[in-house]
Amino acid sequence: MRWSKQARSRNSPRLLLTIAFASALTGLAQTESPRPGVSQTDAPPPVPVPFVPDSTKPAILTKPQAPSAPPIQLRFVVVLDPGHGGEDTGAKLGPGTLEKDIVLSISTRLRALLNAKGIPVIVTRDADTSPTADDRAAIANRAKAAACLSLHATATGTGVHLFTSSLTPANYGRDEFIPWNEAQATANTQSVRLASDVNTALGKGKLPVLLGRTALRPLNSFTCPALAVEFAPVNAGSGAASLTDSSYQQRVAAALAEALVAWRVDWRQRP
Amino acid sequence: MIPRYQRILFSILVLGCIVLAVLLLRLRERAQDRMQSVRDETPMEAPIARVPEKVQLLLANDSDGSLVATQRSITLPADAPSRARVLLESLLAEYAKPNSTHPLPSGVAVEEVFLVDLPGSNSSSIAVVDLSAAFAQGHPSGIAPETLTLLSITGTLHANLPEIAQVRFLIDGQTRDTLAGHADLTRTYIAANPDVDIPAAGGRP
Repeated sequence: MRWSKQARSRNSPRLLLTIAFASALTGLAQTESPRPGVSQTDAPPPVPVPFVPDSTKPAILTKPQAPSAPPIQLRFVVVLDPGHGGEDTGAKLGPGTLEKDIVLSISTRLRALLNAKGIPVIVTRDADTSPTADDRAAIANRAKAAACLSLHATATGTGVHLFTSSLTPANYGRDEFIPWNEAQATANTQSVRLASDVNTALGKGKLPVLLGRTALRPLNSFTCPALAVEFAPVNAGSGAASLTDSSYQQRVAAALAEALVAWRVDWRQRP
Repeated sequence: MIPRYQRILFSILVLGCIVLAVLLLRLRERAQDRMQSVRDETPMEAPIARVPEKVQLLLANDSDGSLVATQRSITLPADAPSRARVLLESLLAEYAKPNSTHPLPSGVAVEEVFLVDLPGSNSSSIAVVDLSAAFAQGHPSGIAPETLTLLSITGTLHANLPEIAQVRFLIDGQTRDTLAGHADLTRTYIAANPDVDIPAAGGRP
């Protein structure tokens, strides 16, 4: 019931991989390395997805490509999903300050930082457009991303709020269909580990963190390790205006970038 | 000189008019009596004096994202749906107070609460909470505040009415995607463990 505000130390176990598994993984990674000359922000090679969601139908089944374990991902790709956009302004954080603009600004900063660290990034929107929740999830699921961050902002509370899906973790067999609106249940355990890495990085950046679970679209439809990251004012006295502060945005983006660099190691060492 | 037969005819017509007028007045009185009997508001049952009961409200706190169990004494009606509604009205009234730890707009927030027995269960029910559009419109937008409100409602219902195992939310009697742009209202919230969703029918626990 109570969410932990204290930044926990990163204690994810460093698992030893067998030489054979490591060699196999390395070999796979080499075969799928990006082509020379292709931008790191380009989409990865298209991976067939059995069903593309139709936004007019809320619950569509998708067939998993892999059995109970998450599919072996061939390269480390991050999907950033700045919430809202277009006519959906999101929260009104102050006079002329809209959530859709704040999250797009932070997404742009984070994308640049990740690219500088050699991490490919796919964004669900990079302008004032409004893709549907199903469109966003389809983009992330096609990318077979190693991490998906759904970005939001609020005037309530302080610091950064991290949410994993409230779905109960579930394993599905090879021949079982996964409900579209509950696809995150297959990756929820990994999402919690990702939240731990992000929590640690934000703690190092002296940013207050709130951890919780929530039911949120399109978070529940992501098949990748996914978090909803909600940016709140830096402290109780600063008000929502601090969200427009470029230094605060850069600080948060830098902490998230560090977290994803750490996640790149942990993700590869997953069992 | 008026003929005699015309005088007799005129007298009969005047008499008929008087009789019809008396008849209409009588019918009107009877119709009024019938309407009065339908609208009889005299008490049929003796009023039941109810004493205030101790209830547990799970109050949200935006600063640390917590839900704190708080005791209050309120008078509750006898039937479960009305009890649930009064509980929620009391809970949301706490949030409308000055210095609330989770400020929410004042005014009518809960339109109605329905309790429906869960299929295959004798003791568990699902509560359908119909929130007002004005409440949703004035609710702070954000994942944290919206989630806290839903968990506070769900937890308070289950703490005081343990038979409520699941909760669904409507806005003005209609299903809506989100409360104020974020928290998903298309899902069923499980009340026994309010921070965990249950999978939809056909899903895997």
